[in-house]
Amino acid sequence: MPAAAGALPELASVYWRPRMTAERLRRRERLWTLTTVAHVVPFVVIAVAMVLLSPVALPVSLAALAHAWLIPALYARRGATVTRSLTPAADGPERVSLGLLGDLVDHDARELHARTGLVPEPGRLGTWLVGEAGALLVGERRVSCWCVRATDPDGARLPSGDRVAHLLLALRSDEEGFATVANLAFSGARWRVRRRLPKRQRAALDAVAARSTLSA
Amino acid sequence: MSRLIRMDGSGHTTLAEWTTDDPASVEAAVAAFREELDQGSIAMVTRGPGHAEHVRELPLDEQLVIMRRPIAGG
Repeated sequence: MPAAAGALPELASVYWRPRMTAERLRRRERLWTLTTVAHVVPFVVIAVAMVLLSPVALPVSLAALAHAWLIPALYARRGATVTRSLTPAADGPERVSLGLLGDLVDHDARELHARTGLVPEPGRLGTWLVGEAGALLVGERRVSCWCVRATDPDGARLPSGDRVAHLLLALRSDEEGFATVANLAFSGARWRVRRRLPKRQRAALDAVAARSTLSA
Repeated sequence: MSRLIRMDGSGHTTLAEWTTDDPASVEAAVAAFREELDQGSIAMVTRGPGHAEHVRELPLDEQLVIMRRPIAGG
């Protein structure tokens, strides 16, 4: 099937995936919420039941509560890794790539990228924070973590600015196509993702979240 | 002067520069553009803040055309 005008060419490599829409995204977010509830509730029920049945079972109860806490935390941790920085290239290529990236974004985005390694990009699905190996889609109270990256040219590694620029250009040309090609690593409460991000990147999430709240 | 650049391991490489009143430079730029497409690159032009467009032919009136590699879910 020929690609629709303006659609990302990379969609051909994931032809089996339905194109992401705001409605499909909401459904997938709800599914993540249900999955989290399904992991948490049984352990909490076990924890309460054990203590009610016998106070001696308190250690087992605490272990169950720990599971209820840890499993969603591990999912969130996996999601937060999409913003990780990859091994940088040599200084020269890094400088050149950051110059090109700087030409693609405005002053505020350049400044945020310099501090956090993430570039904010408003979209129809929410506000994106684009990194080298993925992007966060920030909603009012929820963050979705997308794992996606540029393929390296033969025999060379792209510098960090180029990695971000690749994702940014793809996102700007076809946001829904971008969300179709990318893999959704996690979707959940903003606070869950925030506490798993490196400290410097939390500022980017806070800045974008503040804007989302103001515009809501 | 318009430029065709490719994002690569060096940051970026200028593949061609052209002006529409210089047919030889246009021809060289079109050839470089097609060669990049044949190697699997994707051509992009920016369309103001927050917008970019994938192009399949070299837009001669654009100041900057950027070739990028495909992206894929990790």
